[in-house]
Amino acid sequence: MSHDAKSPAHAHPTGATYLKVAVILTVITIVEVWAYYIPALVASPLFNPSLIIMSAAKFAIVVLFYMHLKYDHKLFKALFTGPLIIAGATIIALLFLFAKISL
Amino acid sequence: MATLAAPARATAPASTQSGLWSWIATTDHKRIGTLYLWTALAFFLIGGLEAALIRTQLARPNMGFVSADTYNQLFTMHGTTMVFLAVMPLSAAFFNYLIPLQIGARDVAFPRLNAFSYWVYLLGGIFITLPILFQVAPDAGWFGYAPLTTNQFSSGPNIDFWVIGLQVLGVSSLAAAFNFITTIINLRAPGMTLMRMPMFTWMSFVVQFLLILAFPPITVALVFLLMDRFFGTTFYAIAQGADPLLWQHLFWVFGHPEVYILILPAFGLVSEVLPTFSKKPLFGYNVMVYSGIMIGFLGFGVWAHHMFAVGMGAVADSIFSLMTMLIAIPTGVKIFNWIATMWAGEVRFTVPMKFAIALIAMFTIGGISGVMHSSPPADLQQTDSYFVVAHFHYVLFGGSIMGIFAGIYHYYPKITGRFLDERLGNVHFWLNFIGMNLTFFPMHFSGLLGMPRRIYTYDAGQGWDLFNLLATYGTYLLVIATAVFVWNFVRSRTRGAIAGGDPWGAATLEWSIPSPPPEYNFAQIPTVTSRYPLWDLKDPSWHEGEDSHGDTGTPGPSPLREETETHTAKSLGIPMPYPTAKPAFTALGLVVMFSGLLFLRNDLFAVAMTVTLGGAAMLIGGLYAWLTSPLE
Amino acid sequence: MASHAIAGHDDGHAHTHHTTTGLDNRKIAIWAFIGSECMLFASLISTYLIYKGKSLVGPYPHTEYTDASGKVFPAILDIPVTSASTFVLLMSSLAMVLALQAVQLKGTPLPANAGWWTRAQRSSQLWLGMTALLGASFLGFQAYEFTAFVREGLTIKTNLFGSTFFTLTGFHGAHVTVGVLWLMSLLWIDRTRGLGPQDELVVDIAALYWHFVDVVWIVIFTLIYLIQ
Repeated sequence: MSHDAKSPAHAHPTGATYLKVAVILTVITIVEVWAYYIPALVASPLFNPSLIIMSAAKFAIVVLFYMHLKYDHKLFKALFTGPLIIAGATIIALLFLFAKISL
Repeated sequence: MATLAAPARATAPASTQSGLWSWIATTDHKRIGTLYLWTALAFFLIGGLEAALIRTQLARPNMGFVSADTYNQLFTMHGTTMVFLAVMPLSAAFFNYLIPLQIGARDVAFPRLNAFSYWVYLLGGIFITLPILFQVAPDAGWFGYAPLTTNQFSSGPNIDFWVIGLQVLGVSSLAAAFNFITTIINLRAPGMTLMRMPMFTWMSFVVQFLLILAFPPITVALVFLLMDRFFGTTFYAIAQGADPLLWQHLFWVFGHPEVYILILPAFGLVSEVLPTFSKKPLFGYNVMVYSGIMIGFLGFGVWAHHMFAVGMGAVADSIFSLMTMLIAIPTGVKIFNWIATMWAGEVRFTVPMKFAIALIAMFTIGGISGVMHSSPPADLQQTDSYFVVAHFHYVLFGGSIMGIFAGIYHYYPKITGRFLDERLGNVHFWLNFIGMNLTFFPMHFSGLLGMPRRIYTYDAGQGWDLFNLLATYGTYLLVIATAVFVWNFVRSRTRGAIAGGDPWGAATLEWSIPSPPPEYNFAQIPTVTSRYPLWDLKDPSWHEGEDSHGDTGTPGPSPLREETETHTAKSLGIPMPYPTAKPAFTALGLVVMFSGLLFLRNDLFAVAMTVTLGGAAMLIGGLYAWLTSPLE
Repeated sequence: MASHAIAGHDDGHAHTHHTTTGLDNRKIAIWAFIGSECMLFASLISTYLIYKGKSLVGPYPHTEYTDASGKVFPAILDIPVTSASTFVLLMSSLAMVLALQAVQLKGTPLPANAGWWTRAQRSSQLWLGMTALLGASFLGFQAYEFTAFVREGLTIKTNLFGSTFFTLTGFHGAHVTVGVLWLMSLLWIDRTRGLGPQDELVVDIAALYWHFVDVVWIVIFTLIYLIQ
């Protein structure tokens, strides 16, 4: 973990960055909902994975920029990503155990 | 025994507070730790009494000492009490008392939240314990498998107490865990790097993460059960298509990390005791830290080994079997490191040392039978038999309880300023050690001979009679041992030999201050330059020729010194938190709020709403008053 | 894990309340809390997915259901309405981050030729109020959704879908409710005594909670509403 915790030098994003992020989030959401209404896409085997990827991208963008984890102390990254990994692994393991997904 | 001349002083330092109210309103981590210790010991006695009744019923075939129904309540409450009300809070007593002292802090990060945790624990504990006096105690086993616990199969109020009680106790554990994580990360004294932290603090640190990650799944499982029981949802309703394994999985996602929540603090305590009485640093400190983290991490990947018998399929069985065998490695590493710590040391066989050594031996037995269960074919023979009962009592009694007793004998002089009587302590140790083995070792045999757990009686002639009788005798021995301990514990508070600040010649910060410590702990926050600051202080050349133990050799601006006299916080100009009963009041509101649900069982909707909303109002009001008043 | 890590100060700060990392206790606690919440929602979401398609009777989320009497229950999820509420919650996160920025900028003087947008960015009350308002309208959407479902014959008792859906989204809604109350109390403090740069941390903590509740919804929206 970093040594200069108190250094004020972490570059703060500006209002413009926040707006850009909002636009990106909105666009991804529109694409998600649009895909939902195209039967050919919904039937495709790539539908679920691509939705999950888009959702994960939105998740990561909010966490990195709005929760400013990208600019913040490493400790907070550790406090969040550790539990997130365990939570994600638990979901996957449970879905496997209940035969919702298979190896 | 004291290595330094310390002033003969055992009374509490000029404390500004005394009387019942001072305990209700306290925010001092040491007083809260003491409250935890007394309360958890009381619950330990209750849980032990339940065990004695269970063993009396099983002493001989076809006994009619208690009814089957009472027996169900006894074994359920024995398990629930020992896990949630005795062992976890005994660990919490040490977290509270020791963590700030070991890292050189004046208190925890959130002193009032700490008080809140205790009061929620006490009230939740009373809530879940009282029903047994009225024969309506929970009766579905400590892991309360649904659908057995749904209205269809458990229509009385028994399970209501269990669901609500555990939900309340979860709040206490979670609040405490956030507090200790913050404390350990952020309140360490200058120079107290992570890799210089005492091993007890390290293991506690791992446990706090297990708590914050393991309690949410059981919270969710309990919410489902609560909603099924009170509001007619279908989470565990098999007739509606629910999966009977849902509860089991959610419970064990919590339940297995919980096992490490119970044992790691005891591992931490013996890791303090063994180096002290071997006069040697802990062998392989770094590896001990990493293996603790490894145990915590892998602990989330082994839960389904509790469920091999339900038929999860070959792939799942193989993965969880493998993971279970894997977790034995870091655990084994710890065992060897403890042995290596004693190797060639100047070993002093004091009572705490005996308990610590007993942990190594007894836990190893329990650990080995644990590895036996990790093989699904073997587990199919052993699951739900007395062999499993033997296994987890060797790790919980032989491990956790032995470690906690080691901790109590070791730290009693720090907490009270007086020693526990060594002679009575030896009697306690040997009775406890023999009694434990006499109780639990025969269970291996009765289990392999096919005796299932949780049966209230059995017929003669199945080869179980002798083993059951021995186990019952062993339990009576444990009752005597515990009585000796209680006598010693109470008596030594006023009659014990006076202990100085560092009666054992230990190495860590908590021993650099007087016993009992002043309310502000450290008159001057120390600067730490190695893992064993007191040994450095007394003999700067003690570790020549060995590795550096994190020693940088550059003392900071306020080098460590041994404090031998105490002043008041005021005379030193140290700001202390105000005493406040708001956390206790808020905790009461929480418990009242939850208990309103009980009235739904009797269709007293108006009463339920009144109690719940009244409790919620107390909770919110208490919280508001608490958050808007200054800490100090 | 870095070893000689967090302790970064040996320069003898004389603060009464200085910390090992120089970070505020409350911020560490809120991140630990958020970590714990990950497991809470992981358990809820897992249960929803485990029970997906296991309901014995309808209404179902994505498909039509005809009961024994021949009554037809259309697929119950209302994607257009939920897309709108999802957008509202996303925008509330934008408002929240701008509220935090407004508080951070309180100390710095406003340039003389500042335009309306620069001026607007300085108003913490505007953005706090906006966040609370958007959060409250998300709750309004949820109330509308829940009552519509109940009208169409889906309650927590109907089937596994009803139990898991209402519990999961209800838990999330409860988190939003707590967040709205939290924001409103911040707004109240801002209006009575004014939030200054020294209050950055207080707003930051509320913001972290708020954004977390938003990311949980991002996951729920995809896994529960869009994936069939």
